[in-house]
Amino acid sequence: MPELMQFLLSGVTVGAVYALVALGFTIIYNASDVVNFAQGEFVMLGGMFTVFAFEAGLPLPLAALLAIIATAAIGVALNKLAIEPARGAPVVSLIIITIGASILIRGVTQIAFDKQLHRFPAFSGDTPIQIVGATILPQSLWVIAGALAVFVGLWLFFTRTLTGRAVLATANNRIAAQLVGINTKYVMTLSFALSAAIGALAGVLVTPITLTGYDIGIALALKGFAAAMLGGMGNPKGALVGGLLLGVLEALTAGYLSSQYKDAAAFVIILAVLFAMPQGLFGRKSTDRV
Amino acid sequence: MRLHTTTAFGTLALILGLTAPAMADIRIGSTLSETGPAAFLGDPEAKTLKMLVEEINAAGGVLGEKIELIVYDDGGDPNKARTFATRLVEDDEVVAVIGGTTTGTSMAILQVFEDAEIPFISLAGAIEIIDPVRPYTFKTPHTDRMACAKIFEDMKARGLTKIGMISGSDGFGASMHKQCLQIVGDYGIEVLADETYGPSDADMTPQLTNIKGKEGVQAVLNAGFGQGPAIVTRNYQQLAVGLPFYQSHGVASDAFIELAGASAAEGIRLPGTALLVAKLLPESDPQRPVVTAYKESYEKATGKPVSTFGGYAHDALRILVDALNRAGEAEPQAIRDAIEGTSGLVGTTGTVTMSAEDHLGLDLSAFRMLEIKDGGWKLVE
Repeated sequence: MPELMQFLLSGVTVGAVYALVALGFTIIYNASDVVNFAQGEFVMLGGMFTVFAFEAGLPLPLAALLAIIATAAIGVALNKLAIEPARGAPVVSLIIITIGASILIRGVTQIAFDKQLHRFPAFSGDTPIQIVGATILPQSLWVIAGALAVFVGLWLFFTRTLTGRAVLATANNRIAAQLVGINTKYVMTLSFALSAAIGALAGVLVTPITLTGYDIGIALALKGFAAAMLGGMGNPKGALVGGLLLGVLEALTAGYLSSQYKDAAAFVIILAVLFAMPQGLFGRKSTDRV
Repeated sequence: MRLHTTTAFGTLALILGLTAPAMADIRIGSTLSETGPAAFLGDPEAKTLKMLVEEINAAGGVLGEKIELIVYDDGGDPNKARTFATRLVEDDEVVAVIGGTTTGTSMAILQVFEDAEIPFISLAGAIEIIDPVRPYTFKTPHTDRMACAKIFEDMKARGLTKIGMISGSDGFGASMHKQCLQIVGDYGIEVLADETYGPSDADMTPQLTNIKGKEGVQAVLNAGFGQGPAIVTRNYQQLAVGLPFYQSHGVASDAFIELAGASAAEGIRLPGTALLVAKLLPESDPQRPVVTAYKESYEKATGKPVSTFGGYAHDALRILVDALNRAGEAEPQAIRDAIEGTSGLVGTTGTVTMSAEDHLGLDLSAFRMLEIKDGGWKLVE
């Protein structure tokens, strides 16, 4: 019994990380149908900026805030410099642009900072908390709380605010949105800023657990993307559930089956879900009309 | 870039009817993983080579000639490394090559140098590089098998005979895992639990929970490098496993203690090189002056702490320079023969004595058993 509890806690911790990355995917996807593969780099940047600001002597909360703002600015720059000029290009080209951007960000990071791994202290110490014979680190609770908070925030944003609805409208039909007076350029800029900020927040929360380095973004983007696909691309609820599910699946496979099959088992299940439900668990039913 | 410039100048020289001056320099080639996943190995290696070549040239060079070092960055990609290897042989016409940061890149390029009959000193760990012995291939780092042997010796001395293993699924972890399992029986030690983790995994508590829950496990061994072992170490503390914990030489750096946290790393034992504990070595230790000198000049030149990996490059260049001096000429064949005759050369990794059957030339005494204590290193002996 304590084993199962430990596997679940481990899974939820890792799952919350995936969920945060998946939530970042959601926004840009909702605004533009583009899967932004630089999302993992936003997480990395959040961690790296915080590490270096913290080591330069800033207090941790201020360093984290600066990191989130700086990453959001990079998100906006990515939109202004790379995505916006390519407007009208097919979605696939835009996705390739984001992959290019992620490679560029990685390259610049290893020159601007360095190639070492880094971490900064956990927010509330390293003393494990005991739950039914299993243990969890206080920082894991921060990550889980962060994922839940971002989820609630996004859900309110998309359903309760005019701006959020404008984002959805832009995604649905750009020209129609423009016709009813939505500034679609602004919506895109906002989406990139928000998505980068969420990525950076994830980086700030997880660095004490997973460490950060210039190249951690690739693996995170891949798992976050898988989580988003599992839950249903573009749906905050899907991102949250998909992330947690993926984390728990991995932990249970590692615990009960074999750690060698951990990644494979997770992807097999995702494939199985996508065969049965191509839109993911919570995906929109596609109702495109001509 | 370099190729283009060379070609451009060459063409220019031809057009103007000039003859290029004869190249008197000793050309040494290198392909390293300065960027990419193995960057933290390749970066200090490249810095070390450049720094040492500058030092050697400033002091008058070798055999009265300057060394010209040509370094390519293969990014850890074996295909790129192979392209650069061919370029080193065909375009740059080097007389010897240092490099191959990882086992993957080294294995991909060694045949190029075997075919071209140019001596090649690899900086990668796996035993396959020099076993079986190939005429032109040498290497400087200890093998992972030696690390296993050193760890098992220490376990045996402490009476630990039933262990759990957790290994990274990356090249290093997988190779060391294999080597350890091959020799573990020779020490009367039994592996009761055998787990793995991905190189970029964020949490290894499920695997450690299984090891902890296994009846009779007396110690745990983690084979891996990079971020994985630091996370394993933190999880180990989180779960309060409480058994003696061994790590590989893959984490032998101060950065590891910082990443894992001093309290989580407390008491961990691992095999490391003399370089790591330069200050702790007794005055009489033959390696002391070598490692101290390298440590000081590297840290002055780069502002970063030395790593074991830079030490591998240091040793490779020293072996090469020593061979050049003894050969008396910069011809690949003569250099190869001289490298094979290396004897009693004190490097950062150990004292190197090669032979026709041994292209590594190190024994177990080159490894020091270290223990992490109060956020620093302690020699166990």
